[in-house]
Amino acid sequence: MSRQVSRLMVIMTASFATLACCLGVIAFVGSRIGTGSVQAAAIGGPIHLTDQNGQPFSDQDLKGKSFLVFFGFTHCPDVCPTTLFELSEVMRHLGKDADRTAALFITVDPERDTPQALKDYMSSFDPHLRGLTGDQDAVAAVAKAYRVYYRKVPLEGGDYTMDLTAIVYLMDKEGRFVSPFNMRRTAEAEADDLRKHL
Amino acid sequence: MEAVMKNFAIFAAALAALSTLPAVIVGAQEYKAGSIEVDQPWSTATPRGASVAAGYVTIKNTGTEPDRLTGASTAVAGKVEIHEMTMDNGIMRMRPLASGLEIKPGQTVELKPSSFHLMLMNLKGPIQQGMPFKATLMFAKAGSVDVEFAVGPVGASSPPAQDAHHH
Repeated sequence: MSRQVSRLMVIMTASFATLACCLGVIAFVGSRIGTGSVQAAAIGGPIHLTDQNGQPFSDQDLKGKSFLVFFGFTHCPDVCPTTLFELSEVMRHLGKDADRTAALFITVDPERDTPQALKDYMSSFDPHLRGLTGDQDAVAAVAKAYRVYYRKVPLEGGDYTMDLTAIVYLMDKEGRFVSPFNMRRTAEAEADDLRKHL
Repeated sequence: MEAVMKNFAIFAAALAALSTLPAVIVGAQEYKAGSIEVDQPWSTATPRGASVAAGYVTIKNTGTEPDRLTGASTAVAGKVEIHEMTMDNGIMRMRPLASGLEIKPGQTVELKPSSFHLMLMNLKGPIQQGMPFKATLMFAKAGSVDVEFAVGPVGASSPPAQDAHHH
């Protein structure tokens, strides 16, 4: 008898789990086909950081400008310098229009990426690119607003690297998310695309 | 007789020196040790103040036994690790390959951007475009291979142009 009851319990639990899964999928798909404005509201938000010159920088400094945002860190050998180089090329192709936009490189490793470290690093790229850092909480707040995942991963000998969302975000003049900015095009095509949003 | 002995001594010394040479340089950018062929080592110039860089290279195992890249060293970096970078759902991850990178018989493994790479850490100075640097790759079976990394511009995602004839 008790075995039958427990079997029934198992079946009921399994059924319930299946139902929950189905509901989850429906909810997920539903959110995916939701309106653009709902998605746009989900990514982006206030920025209260310090730039590579040690000056405070906030989202208010971006008012009326469409801009690009990329999170990274200077102890990143591959994706970060490559992306910053490509963003520099975009700025170069924009010519004078580059003054009407901004490209932010926000570190997720403020422990090592001080304003001075960023100042050195950013000097290798187009001057329109701005390196931003801050205390751990300030960086965490911006990363959360942009739905950026990052995590410190220890390496041998006390070193560490970072896991992170390595996507370039295109934001509109009101600071709302437009789309991920496709960096797999030529710099010219990327510049033409960005110009449409200025 | 003395002269013969002296010549023999020089010959023996030369032979000894030759036998300790870890690799035979095949071409300008190609190196060989045992069944391992190493082709086109390259890197990129580092942004100012950077303390890490990535090294890329193509490794071919022409033998019948698996081999393993177990490590590397270079005077320009405090240490070198073999890393794998993966990109999953927009999230970049880098992990050291603790037991190295296996190269199966007949297999060609490319260390390249967004994939396997040598992680050069604690750089002793900037890596500069057009200024190649020497390094030693260590293999479990083939032993060590001395190579030279060509250096492309900051942010380059393919080998420096002057090596284009290899493709």
